This record gives sequence, C-alpha cells and structure tokens, in this order.
Amino acid sequence: MSEFVTLTIDGKEVKAPKGATVLEAAKSAGIHIPTLCFLKDINEIGACRMCIVDVGARSFQAACAYPVSEGLNVITNSPKIRETRRVTLELILSNHDRECLTCVRSQNCELQKLAKELNVKDIRYEGENQEFPIDDLSPSIVRDPNKCVLCRRCVSVCNEVQSVGAIGVVDRGFNSTVSSPFNFALNDTPCVNCGQCIVVCPVGALYEKSSVEKVWDALANEDLHVVVQTAPAVRAALGEEFGYPIGTRVTGKMVAALKRLGFAKVFDTDTAADLTIMEEGTELVERIKNNGKLPLITSCSPGWIKFCEHNYPDMLDNLSSCKSPQNMFGAVLKSYYAEKMGIDPSKIFVVSVMPCTAKKFEAGRPELASTGYPDVDEVITTRELAQMIKEAGIDFMNLPDEQFDDPMGEATGAGVIFGATGGVMEAALRSVPYLLTGKDDENIDIKVVRGVEDFKEAELEVNGIKIKAAVVHGLGNARKLLDKIRSGEAEYHFIEVMACPGGCVNGGGQPIQPASVRNETDLRTERAKAIYEEDEAMTIRRSHQNPRVLKMYEEYFEKPGSEKSHKLLHTHYVARENYPEN
Amino acid sequence: MIYRSHVLVCNGTGCVSSKSPDLMAKMEELLVANGIENEVKIIKTGCFGLCEKGPILVIYPEGATYCNVSVDDIEEIVNEHLVKGRIVKRLLLGDKEAEDVSKSRDNVGFFAKQKRIALRNCGVINPENIEEYIAHDGYLALAKAVTEMTPAEVIAEITKSGLRGRGGAGFPVGRKWQFAAQEVSDQKYVCCNADEGDPGAFMDRSILEGDPHSVIEAMAIAGYAIGANQGYIYVRAEYPIAVERLNIAIKQAHEYGLLGKNIFNTDFSFNLELRLGAGAFVCGEETALMTSIEGNRGEPRTRPPFPAVKGLWGKPTLLNNVETYANIPVILLKGADWFSSIGTEKSKGTKVFAIGGKIHNTGLVEIPMGTTLREVVYDIGGGIPNGKKFKAAQTGGPSGGCIPADHLDIPIDYDNLLEIGSMMGSGGMIIMDEDTCMVDIAKFFLEFTVDESCGKCPPCRIGTKRMLEILDRITQGKGEEGDIEKLEALAESINKGALCGLGQTAPNPVLSTLKFFRDEYEAHVKDKKCPAGVCTALLNYVIIADKCKGCSLCARKCPVNAISGEVKKPYVIDQDKCIKCGVCMESCKFAAIEKK
Repeated sequence: MSEFVTLTIDGKEVKAPKGATVLEAAKSAGIHIPTLCFLKDINEIGACRMCIVDVGARSFQAACAYPVSEGLNVITNSPKIRETRRVTLELILSNHDRECLTCVRSQNCELQKLAKELNVKDIRYEGENQEFPIDDLSPSIVRDPNKCVLCRRCVSVCNEVQSVGAIGVVDRGFNSTVSSPFNFALNDTPCVNCGQCIVVCPVGALYEKSSVEKVWDALANEDLHVVVQTAPAVRAALGEEFGYPIGTRVTGKMVAALKRLGFAKVFDTDTAADLTIMEEGTELVERIKNNGKLPLITSCSPGWIKFCEHNYPDMLDNLSSCKSPQNMFGAVLKSYYAEKMGIDPSKIFVVSVMPCTAKKFEAGRPELASTGYPDVDEVITTRELAQMIKEAGIDFMNLPDEQFDDPMGEATGAGVIFGATGGVMEAALRSVPYLLTGKDDENIDIKVVRGVEDFKEAELEVNGIKIKAAVVHGLGNARKLLDKIRSGEAEYHFIEVMACPGGCVNGGGQPIQPASVRNETDLRTERAKAIYEEDEAMTIRRSHQNPRVLKMYEEYFEKPGSEKSHKLLHTHYVARENYPEN
Repeated sequence: MIYRSHVLVCNGTGCVSSKSPDLMAKMEELLVANGIENEVKIIKTGCFGLCEKGPILVIYPEGATYCNVSVDDIEEIVNEHLVKGRIVKRLLLGDKEAEDVSKSRDNVGFFAKQKRIALRNCGVINPENIEEYIAHDGYLALAKAVTEMTPAEVIAEITKSGLRGRGGAGFPVGRKWQFAAQEVSDQKYVCCNADEGDPGAFMDRSILEGDPHSVIEAMAIAGYAIGANQGYIYVRAEYPIAVERLNIAIKQAHEYGLLGKNIFNTDFSFNLELRLGAGAFVCGEETALMTSIEGNRGEPRTRPPFPAVKGLWGKPTLLNNVETYANIPVILLKGADWFSSIGTEKSKGTKVFAIGGKIHNTGLVEIPMGTTLREVVYDIGGGIPNGKKFKAAQTGGPSGGCIPADHLDIPIDYDNLLEIGSMMGSGGMIIMDEDTCMVDIAKFFLEFTVDESCGKCPPCRIGTKRMLEILDRITQGKGEEGDIEKLEALAESINKGALCGLGQTAPNPVLSTLKFFRDEYEAHVKDKKCPAGVCTALLNYVIIADKCKGCSLCARKCPVNAISGEVKKPYVIDQDKCIKCGVCMESCKFAAIEKK
C-alpha cells in the first residue's frame, strides 16, 4: 500500500499518494490546472510554465513536476497566477505562426484551446516572429518549426520512448528550435518515420506528408483501376475523427465510405496479413528445422525495419524476408489479381490506408516493386482518409455497414489482430503448430502476448520442439531486447517488434488525441479492444484457414516459400548510414 | 638548491595577457647572461589582484612589488636589483620612497583593506608545485578531517562557521552538506561549480589558476563529510590556464596519496575528474551543470528533487563553487569561531569581488563581509577616474542590480544587497560613473541573458527577448507611452514564471535600474533624450558657436562631410548627414563640440 500525504490545494484538504505530483493531486480533487507541454509518462519536464502554481516559494512552480509533501499549501488560482500564465501564453503566441485557419491542426490544436481557456484576447508583447524553412523532404513527416511551441513532447518521444534520437533542441534562447542534428533534413537522419512525434505534437508543427491530392487525382483518372486496402488498425480508430468514442470499431462504415469515395475495389490488408503468416510461419519453421539464423524477427513494421537497418545492421539476417502485409498485398494485386481480373497491372493504382506514416516511406522503397511496378502507389493515413471523407461530404455516422469486396476481401481474426502489439505473434502461434505438424493446437487465444506491457514472452511446444517467443513494442524497448540478443544475454526463436508503443493501433498516422485525453485514456488499450472484438466475431481465426489465401496458393503461389512467392512476397534489407557523408 | 632571491611573477590571466610570460623569458635570459641563474629563482604564481597595474612581480627577500613592468624594464631590474641589490624605485607599487620596500604597497588602499582567505595563496605560491601548497599548511585540514574528525564533526564545524555559498544565492554551506550527508545511497558525488560566467567576474578563475589545491583539498574534505568517493570539477574550457593547473594539481595530489585510495591510510578514498564546459552561462545553474556533466544539452530541470537528493545520474550530489571550497581548509584549520568572527551577523567571512568599470584599481579584491561600498569604491578601488562622479555599482552580474550613490554606505553582505534589489552573485562589481546611461546598462545585461537563455521555458526564451526589444526601442528613441509599464509587467511574469534561477532573475537589471533611475527611462521615452549622452540615436553633436575658432579640423575629420563652414568662423553640423560617430568631438581642440 502506498503512503499518503495530506496537503491543501486552494484551501481544500487533499490526500495524495507520496510521490504524486501537485497536478495529479489537484486532478484527484477535481481541480483543473492548465497544461501544455505535459504528456503523462512521456514529457513531464515543467518547461512550458502553464501549470504553474503557488507553493509558497519565491517563484511559481510547475505542478506537473512538483511533488506533493505533507502539509504543502498550494494555490492554483489567483490573479497573479492567472496573469503569469496568460503572459507566458501570449509570449508563446507572439512567436507562433498564427495562420490558424489554414493550419493542419485547426480545431484540434491544444494551443488554440488553451488560448481560449486562458482568455487571451490580445497579444500584448508582440516582437520578432521567427521564420524557419519547412522541412518537407521526408516522404512521411513534415516539420514546420514556425508552428512549434518547443514543448518537447516530440523530442521526448523520439529520444526516450523510441530511442531514435532524430530530433532534439538545437541552438539556444530565442533561436532554439526542434531540429535534426546539424539541421539536416529529417530525411537525412536516422528518423524511422514512425510519426510518434506527430501524434504527440500539440500544434501543427509536425504532420504527415499528405497524399490526399494524389489519391483524388487517381480517383478522377478514368484510365486507372484504383483499389484500396485498409490496415487492421484503421477501423479501430477512424471513428474518433467523426466523434465516436475511442475504441469504436467502424469497419463497415469505413468500407462504405471508401466505396463512396470512388474506389473500384475495397480490400482488407488483413488478407495479406494471413498471407504473411503463411510465409513467415513457414520461414520460422524452416529456420528452426534447418538451423537457420535465429531469432527470426518480424518485418511488418516499416519503422522497425528502418530502425534495424540504421542501428543493428549486423542483425539484418534475423529479419524475416517477408514483405509487410501492405506490400505483399500490393504485389498480389498487381500480379495474381491483375491476371485473374484481366487488368493490365500498369493500370492498377493501389492506395493503402494505414495507421502509419512509415508506410509512406516503405511504399517508396525501390526494391518493393517486384512486378515491375511499385507494389503500392500511394499511402494515406487514417487521418488523411477522414479528411477525404469530410471533404467529399460523406455523412459518416449515417453510413450503412458494408462488406469488403471480393475476390480479395476475405480475412481471418488472425489477420485483424496484426493491428495491436502481440498480434502478429499470436496470429503466428495460431498457425505454427499446423505448419509444423499439420494439426492445430486447441488454444486459439494466446493472451500472454496481448496487452501493453513493455516486454512479453510466450513459449510453445509442438512435437517436442520448443519455440520461445518475445514481443516488444516501442523502439526503445526493441533496442533493449536487441542489445540483450546481441550480447547473448537473451535467446529466442521468434520475436515480434512493432515500432509504435502499443503497435499499429497507436501508429503515427492515427487520429490525434490531445494530451487531455491521452493523459486519462490509454489509447493503445482502448483501440486494441476494437481489434480483439473483431477477432472474436470472426468465424475463421487462423490464417492458414483463410480460403482466399489457400486459393491463392492453389491458383498461383503453389506453396509458402515457393519461388514465385519469394519473387513477389519477399524482400531484402540494406544497412543504412545514420547521416549523409560530407 | 638554495637561492638568494626569489622572483614571483604573476601568471594570472590578466598578467599573462599583459605579457608576463615574456618578462619571465627575458629575465631567465638575463640571469644566465649574468651568471646568476643558480642564485635567483623565478616562480610563476597566481593572481595578486591588482590587474590594473599588471604585470606585477615581487622580489624576495626584500619584498619589493614592481608594477606595470614591461619587457624593457627587465634589464634594469636584473642589473640593479638582482645584481647590485638596488631597488628600482620607479617601478615600486605605492610609496616609491618607502624606507622598507616591502611596505611600499601598504598604503595602497587596494591592499590595506583586504583580508585574503580564499585568495590566501594566490600570488604567494607556485600553483604548479604541490609542495609549496603543502608548505603553506596545504592538506593539513584534510589530514585533520579524515584522521581526527568524524564526518558529522566536519559538517558541524562548517555549519558553525556560518559560511554561505559564494556562487550567488548564499545558501548555508553546512546545511547543504548536511542534506547530502543524510541521504542513504550506494553512490554520492561532490561537484565543484567552476563555470564562472558573470560578465567581468574572474575570482574563481584566479583561485583555480593561483591555488588549485585549495579546491581539491576542500572537495576531498566534502567527500569525506558526505560519504562520496568521486568528485567532478566542471570548469569552462575557456579557462585553459585553470584547466592545465588543475590537471597538474590533480596528478600531483594522486602522486602524493592525497587523492585516490586510502587517503592518509584511512578507509577514505576520493577521486577527482575534470569536466569541461562549452561556455554556456546557464551551465552555472546547478541542475544544468549536472545535466551537462551527464553528457546532455546543458539545461536546468525543475527542483525538487534537489541535487542533495537526486543529483548526478540520480545520485545524491553536493555542489559548491570554487570560492566556497577555497574557504573550507582554512575554516577547519583555524576553526569556525575564527571564521565567524569576520563579517556581519548573517554573512560571515570574506567575499572576493572582481572590480571593473569606471574605477582606478580594477582587479580582484577580497574584503570582509560588511565592508561598505564606499570603502570598496574609494579606498580599495581608488575612486573614479577623470574626476567623474560615482553613479552606481552593478553587482550580481546579469541576475543582480545597480546600487546608486545614495547607498554607498551600505555594508556589503548577502541580505543588504538583496534588500536593495541587487544580489551578491558570484562577485562581479562594475562601477559606473555619471556618463553611464542606466537604460543602456540594463540593455547590456539583458542582451547577455537573451543570448545565454537556454530556451527551455517561454518566459525566459521569449520574455527576455521581448524586454530587450522594448529597451532597444527606448534607446532608439522609439519608446512609446506604456513601454515602461510593459517592461515591469513582463519582468514580474518572468520573475514568477521562469523555470530556473537565471530566468527568474533575468529582469533584475531592468527592475533595479527602474527602481533607482526611472527618470532616465522616462527621459528616453517621453523627451527622447538620453541624459547621460550615451544613446546615439537620442543625441545630436552640435558646435558651440562661441567656442568654435573655425579651424576646420572637425570638417576635415568628419567621415560623411556633414560639417561645413568658413575658416575662422563657427562651423555647423548638418544633422541630417551626421552619423553621430563622435569623431568631430574627439578631434576638436577647443571643446567646442557637445552632445545634446
């Protein structure tokens, strides 16, 4: 049991656990203190000075970082406190690009909301407003320092959570900015495009490189057969953009909306996820049987792949050679599907809707064009899809539920759980016994690999073969595990890595929830619930039972790991320098 | 070898930059030429303090202090003093006719009113020779602490002495040590803040350059007292001489068993390492300093937790500055009672000040707490040059404030300075005369803070910048009604809202000048005049017709041909063309040009 202390906040006696912050104690007492830089567990640095309170010290203290103590007397609301907060906010606004109407975060901006909350009517301290170039050279992420308020959430998430370290604060004082080392473009750094910086940004300083216009153009081009695939995590979060509670599954409406946007076919990436399990599961079984390179590490997450290429080039052989489901699907659409439907693959335009910004980078990898055409032509994020739906005037909430299209629309529960941490592992473990013995294990729910713990482990024994598996999510956790494997401290057969904390449901392309929501709700858990709900509702929940996948092997790929599948469904990796030479 | 004469040559930064190494080289050459190189020993020492009169050298056994010595003087000193035994009177500091030459400088107020505790060995010993430090009771205090005293007794003695931190805020040192001592941890650290950054302050530099062992000894004592076996000295890379001498000193202390394992055959072990700072002012703030030592961008973090609880790498850490440490060995040797007999009720001992600006004796002085500002300015500093009037003293660096002439009789200690809106700071003291514009001074300090702000919190990052923009406007003659009030409002919000001590105190130079010299601000804003005649945008150069002899010199000197006239008749300056460079005024031989 934790110890409690008694303190006074605004004259009210409050009990709070020892070690809690004043902000937490106030919250528990129903007292709201404004915050800007604060993001629970990620950024608790007291930098923005919005949450200042009077604790009787010479100056005001940041409630988000100030620990409670017995007898502490806190005042959160006085004329002087309000004025100091407002002046600080006005100062921030005085050096901010205030073109709110055209800002990507208009109406979903924490700064805008705070200005309203603190009753800022006038900016009394105008002065030099810096102008920085916008960095839009990355295929995934755009940085606009003119919008940046230097809250450092992005810096914390990139350095502490992801251990990527592509951005930090450069220069000092009034000239401080968040930037890459030596002010390189983000594209010239070890940035893995995970987009976690985007989803924590309170303002419009970080956003995805939009493909919306390109998709509109393709849809308007009558020569093209424009098809779309949607990743499993998209359906678990898209509803948030239209006012649904977090964790609402909107699969049917999403499909209906995509059809109304004009896509010729609406497919489910889950189908390709099942295909991935067949290929990757077979790869695992073969590596175990033939003393191949172990552990085998999953390759679905493009952020993780780039991270590995930068930081663990010596371990590239551990990566599964399987393409990610997105690109497998693209390749299938431009080969098998093209043949089957009798469409020239050059006329097929594949759009992916992904919860992910790194998928944009992945789609542009030159090696991912095994049909001679890029597997995937354009990637839009969940947010961009919502934008298109709004732009097209589609009344999302009143759409009927519709089904994915044939012939590629069939998927299993195993495919859908790819969207959450542990999902790829669980899907694989549902199929590995069959791939090894031709028989299924009774157990279908492998709950030890679910959930948001940093590190999860599972063991499976099939015919005397023990398979030791580990699951990590968030690249900081991946780094810890990889270091242990490198040093020989840990040994596994199979590892699932997802770049984003919580997996794809919390990807960098997902709807942005403000800190006020994130601090109270674990998005990772809530959105994952929708995914597992869909899994439960499926009649087929093992990838190797997906009739469409089986048919594809029968009609086209022969068997997992065949020459054809290697040509179309597998890839290779390259060691990457962290920074350009010279 | 025994020498008949010792020549102590100041090798502090001030004298080094006025070429004292050249003096030594020349003297060495001449000693050899005269065949007396085995009779006279040249010793390089730390700072004597009176930088204004540098380079300084002192020759023993006579105790003759020679000042403003140039390379050309060396031959005379060697031939006259060292060969023939005749004092070179013309170079003596102070009373050139003193019967006892060792007392020539006694009547120089600069030395008479000082009491050197922290600077006790500066200018006395060779800082690169540990034996000289040992000969001056060096490491005796450490021996006493580890062999005769318990850690608690050491802390009790320091507490009793009343010593307060010399780095700025004046926190009681004993209490700080007590906090660090009472923490239970597998690892603790002792740090020395040698990131001296106040403009014009160089006392820590002088101590490190002149007496590095005093700091090393004190840190070992602190390690013993709080239970730490590892220390770090965070020193600016811009202090190359200090760094070199610290390195030498640490190496020697290791060789003598005064650092390392089982010091004085006890269980106490202590190691010391240097960490070089890259010259960010904010790294003098304790949490930023530790962040920098850890290898991160030097930025402050919120407190609590305080370093004594969670410091370097999350471990209890004791942090004091150089001057604070330099006091420690003496306190242990001479006792807390002796130390606390010096100073005022709440500020014990002495404080070193770096005096600069419009004053005769610029340099380093160590005075007992409670010495009045008047004594510092007139007795020690020798007054204001050119018969000008004293206007104000700025103390506390960019966090401090200005003390006007009305307060000349204030006894200098922590509390008195705070009370009048300034602060002790690390001991920079800049003297200003009547020709100083106080708005301009405030702008100077704010420029410094704006430049040195780390950028972590908006009040400091943007607020100080906005204040500077307003000050800029005011000094450009573009001040508006309400600007002064804006400055005050911003100042208060920054003071209350900024994250660290540097940000919170950044508005102080503005607030204190506003407090004492508000009329000057108003003159700038309302009358568009700079009363001190400093802000160029607000003044015009005019030729006083009565005084002008029509010599045409100014017209010829003017770089923009703004002056015209007929020879032997008064000239006129075309204000539209004038760029206010002041060349005309400097060149006029009849004082016929004035700034208005």
